[in-house]
Amino acid sequence: MLPGKSLQNAKTIDEDGTVIEAVNLRKTFQDKKRGEVKAVDDVSFVCRPGEIYGLLGANGAGKTTTLRMLATILEPTDGTARLCGHDIVEHPERVRQHCGFLSTATALYPRLTAYEMVEYFGQLNGLDSATLKKRIDEIFERLDMNGFRDRRCDKLSTGMKQKTSIARTLVHDPPVMIFDEPTLGLDIMTARAIIEFIRECRDRGKTVIFSTHVMTEVEKLCDIVGIIQNGKLLAEGTIEQLRQRHGLNSMEEIFVKIVTPHYKEAV
Amino acid sequence: MSLRNIGIVYRKELTEALRDRRTLITTFLVPLLMIPVLGTGFTSVMSAVIGSAKKEKARVAVIGGGDSPAVVDALKQNPKLNVLQAPGDWKNQVVEKKIRAAIEIPPHFQENLAKGQAGTIKINVYGGELKSEMAASNAESALKEYRDSIATERLAANHLSAELLKPFDVKRQNIAPPEKTAGAILGGIIAYMLILMCLQGAMHPAIDLTAGEKERGTMETILSSPVSRTHLVLGKFLLVVTASLITAILLLFSVSVSSTVLQKSGALNQMADDGEPVPQLALKPAAIGSVVIMTVPLSVLFSAGLITIALFAKSHKEAQSYIAPLMFLVVIPAIAAMLPGVDLTPKLAIVPLLNVSLLCKELVTGEYQWNYIIIIFASTCVYAAGALYLAVKMFQRESVLFRS
Repeated sequence: MLPGKSLQNAKTIDEDGTVIEAVNLRKTFQDKKRGEVKAVDDVSFVCRPGEIYGLLGANGAGKTTTLRMLATILEPTDGTARLCGHDIVEHPERVRQHCGFLSTATALYPRLTAYEMVEYFGQLNGLDSATLKKRIDEIFERLDMNGFRDRRCDKLSTGMKQKTSIARTLVHDPPVMIFDEPTLGLDIMTARAIIEFIRECRDRGKTVIFSTHVMTEVEKLCDIVGIIQNGKLLAEGTIEQLRQRHGLNSMEEIFVKIVTPHYKEAV
Repeated sequence: MSLRNIGIVYRKELTEALRDRRTLITTFLVPLLMIPVLGTGFTSVMSAVIGSAKKEKARVAVIGGGDSPAVVDALKQNPKLNVLQAPGDWKNQVVEKKIRAAIEIPPHFQENLAKGQAGTIKINVYGGELKSEMAASNAESALKEYRDSIATERLAANHLSAELLKPFDVKRQNIAPPEKTAGAILGGIIAYMLILMCLQGAMHPAIDLTAGEKERGTMETILSSPVSRTHLVLGKFLLVVTASLITAILLLFSVSVSSTVLQKSGALNQMADDGEPVPQLALKPAAIGSVVIMTVPLSVLFSAGLITIALFAKSHKEAQSYIAPLMFLVVIPAIAAMLPGVDLTPKLAIVPLLNVSLLCKELVTGEYQWNYIIIIFASTCVYAAGALYLAVKMFQRESVLFRS
């Protein structure tokens, strides 16, 4: 597959403009203590280009599992999803070519330099060396990374690491971006930069899905919010729709109202 | 795209490995230094001990013998014996290694001898102790010489020829090629070290590329890239095999250099008995080549096996604790092959590891039994393929990759 071509294919969208479509996603784990755990239980939603879909939930609600399934890092027990028309179960490799996945758990290779790290992912995405070089130069310029381009990742500051991770997810210019709690544990400045970056992705027409449990991030960013608890999608809509539906203004109040009847403290 | 991705993963893992001090130490430094340090040290101590035992003028004590001066004289004439009058506590002195042997001559021995009555001379020795045994055998041969001279005298007195006693001669000669003598000694040790190095070289990279990657949080990163899991694990596997093979080849290189140096230094001459050919330690290129070829499936087996096990672990430390018991499993057959008398049989030829150890032992001595070579190479390839299949399968399993 030619790299240029694959990126154009990436723009193919389902007829109604859907880029991500999750259909009855389910994931069960076998846990030694708790037995069978339904991490994600029959979740369906759609995300469209130029929109940010925010998956809001407490710890252990099923956010990470859902996003990992979309990124094909985990395979669904049942149900499926399509990204840019590619089925996550049937063509996981094609799906991964069309999305960038970033979470606080996705670390960098400590012994590679920032440049090599981004280059590695470009190569795995099938970019030829000329295109790749141009692309990396462009990204490094845009993210102001040239000062540490040849420094090893284990010698980078948190902010520099974050930029390198962003560059890594952007190198193949994916139409879909998946962020799993991208700001977890980051200081305010780095977190802000990430939020800014997510917004920029949307403004460039990408489809963005991200998970968080920080209400202010939801209010700042999300076009559509999905509230998830015990692996079930309990409510969905724009922030305005949710406010009207529940007669509350603050996102936190809305969240608590929706989740409380279903909330069981994690054992 | 597929092979290209394996190559990309391999190159990246190689870049990282070459920047990892621990990998560099276990892959390059350990095999290069182990032989010179251990091997040369061991051999030179050995040859020094044997050499000094041979040169030593052993202190032997004579108990009694005051009335048998001719017997004592016969002992004194042996240049390797320093004959003393026995002290009262000669037993203790032999045990304390102050005296190598104590020779008990019964009273009136010489007088009885003249009368034609046979007596017995007893040599008290510290059994199993090299220097004591050597002194005893020197004393024994001196006494036998004296006995023969008396017999010859008696025959002559009766006008009989000395040949009456010895109608014919028996003589033993070592005709084993010099390199085989050494091969028998060294082959087992080389095979043992080769297996150990093959495993040792694969161990750190195998852990680093699996459990280490989980621990550092890069596993999720790489799984989000388009590379398929099969290609990913194959790229990693190739790097581990490379490290294992480099380690093994450097060990062989180190063995051949050290043995050539040792040979040239003349230290081995001490180990050969007088008149016997000096053992040839220096390995022939054909022997090295054939051992390297046998090493390939072995490396594959170890690398795939280690990856499979290490993949279960969540951290470097955990992986090490899983792999430590494996060391014993590997070392036991390798040691068994070193034992004298354990030789290749059709049954043993399919026992993993033991077969390779036994074969390497033979290859080093320059012996090529083609039927065994084929069976062992093929069976090791089968085990290796099985292990690799298992490693690839494990890498597809979420419960292993995301074990919590």
